Amino acid sequence: MPGLEDLYREIILDHYRNPRNRGELPTPPAVRVEGFNPLCGDEIVVFLDVADDRVQDLRIGGQGCSISQSSASMMSAAVKGKTVAEARATIRAFKSLMSIHEQRLDGADDDGGASGGASGAGGGGGGPAVPEAAVKLGDLEALQGVVRFPVRIKCATLSWNTLAQGLDEAQEASATSPS
Amino acid sequence: MALDVELVKKDFAILDQLVHGHRIVYLDSASSSQKPAAVLDAMQHLYETTYANVHRGVYAIAEESTRLYEEARTKVAAFLGAASTREVIFTKNVTEAINLVAYTWGRTNLGPGDAVLLTEMEHHANLVPWLQLKAERGIELRYLGVDGEGQLILDDLEQLVDGVKLVGLTLVSNVLGTLNPVAEVARVAHAAGALVLVDGAQYTPHFTTRVAELGCDFYGFTAHKMLGPTGIGCLWARESLLEEMPIFLGGGEMIRDVRLDGFTANELPWKFEAGTPPIAEAVGLGAAVDYLLAIGMADVRAHEIELTRYALESLHERHGDDIRIFGPSDPEKRGGVLSFAYKDIHPHDISQVLDEVGVCVRAGHHCAKPLMRRLGVGATARASFYLYNDEADVDALSSALTSADRLFS
Ligand SMILES: Cc1ncc(COP(=O)(O)O)c(C=O)c1O
Repeated sequence: MPGLEDLYREIILDHYRNPRNRGELPTPPAVRVEGFNPLCGDEIVVFLDVADDRVQDLRIGGQGCSISQSSASMMSAAVKGKTVAEARATIRAFKSLMSIHEQRLDGADDDGGASGGASGAGGGGGGPAVPEAAVKLGDLEALQGVVRFPVRIKCATLSWNTLAQGLDEAQEASATSPS
Repeated sequence: MALDVELVKKDFAILDQLVHGHRIVYLDSASSSQKPAAVLDAMQHLYETTYANVHRGVYAIAEESTRLYEEARTKVAAFLGAASTREVIFTKNVTEAINLVAYTWGRTNLGPGDAVLLTEMEHHANLVPWLQLKAERGIELRYLGVDGEGQLILDDLEQLVDGVKLVGLTLVSNVLGTLNPVAEVARVAHAAGALVLVDGAQYTPHFTTRVAELGCDFYGFTAHKMLGPTGIGCLWARESLLEEMPIFLGGGEMIRDVRLDGFTANELPWKFEAGTPPIAEAVGLGAAVDYLLAIGMADVRAHEIELTRYALESLHERHGDDIRIFGPSDPEKRGGVLSFAYKDIHPHDISQVLDEVGVCVRAGHHCAKPLMRRLGVGATARASFYLYNDEADVDALSSALTSADRLFS
């Protein structure tokens, strides 16, 4: 039987109590994307500033439980300053950390935006694809305990799905904007 | 005679178990109740002795199966105070009962510009069917608001009801516990020429239901919240209304005659029951009605008031301003549904920590997203009581909240 200490690791509680990169960014240049968890009403807002194929800055808004909030906070720390391809590889790596149960829960993969965009060669125009094995998840590994609490996986992945959508939108915006 | 919880608990095998090494404390009956042995036995007995399809065979067990199915209807009719069994339609649940009204009465009587008055505290089951009609035919939806105590704001009722064809409201809110003054609303609605649909999902399990005294025209409830099985609910409506309404689903059972160029609908109540009905479930529901009546609805309700009073007092006493319980503060004016916010710990985290010690509460929006927005919260934690809960269950909840506090602050 998994215990609560597997779920609520100290580092998770730290990110929950002191969330990193909370706030907003001016749009444009940033894009603003919202993610909802229809089961519990949690919502995440990601402000994402992508330029030169790099996540120059991002901010997190919205409200949710400790798992969704700490996951968002750790995600923001993990992808800020990374290239788009690295960010996508981090999303992939995080989802595979969560994946076994997520696919079983969802049947069809509802995260087409993220994995679809990332699995194509070249990572959807974000520079050369980065193999996920090369990604160091660091603090994010603390969220591994979530897989033992299947209903909470959606909490942990909410911000990541939102980020994936944000990367798509930012790349679309830069592809269509006159340079 | 007060309800003997210890005795009642013995009828619910599921409550006699450990979860994560702790006695299970089931506080989610507003979502779905547990089932006593009498209900399970009745269904098992049917399957083992007389099960066959209903209204078809002339052999002995088919006749007995039909008799038991229709006997369940008679029990439900008496339980609701209905004038006849012709007014009692079995549905899948209360959601289907409301949809039945929206599809048949609604699509006959509501067109562009026609108005329906609902309340801000409705369950999605009494919102979405009307929102569908709004999207489909441009009907107008109006809403009675909710005040800070969780009571309906009735000051503007007369203006709001003016020109409305149907008023739909819940008797007891599944989030706030509020017991709404349905008879009063029905009087004003009828004076304005509107019909009244009542969602009794949270009321019938705990109160003596008398549809005539409520003054409504349509009434729905769902068996699984009142000790019965899933898969069966009920729509009650006045016979004259049901006669006028077109059929709902088409198929077997609901017809008197079928030709290649047309059909004639069956008489009430079967006119609205297409296909093989939930036979064992109806028998289970009948057994649940018997079980509740043997205890007595007055005692069921008195127990609920007592336990709600104890919970409101003891939770406030132990947790002070750290706990915010939504809805009316007077236990007589509410059902045993307690939605709460605790410090600023998210309901998901609360229910996770509570689960660790066997306490089952619901966390989420409780299928009432518009009400959540009105309360200014994304979600709440909700504890709800039934006849098998006691003060020790409330104490377990209260102590578990203290552990949640220790973990998160
Ligand atoms: C007030 C209210 N209405 C409707 C429903 C829907 O019940 P069911 O899912 O059984 O149709 C519920 C329960 O979830 C409820 O509490």
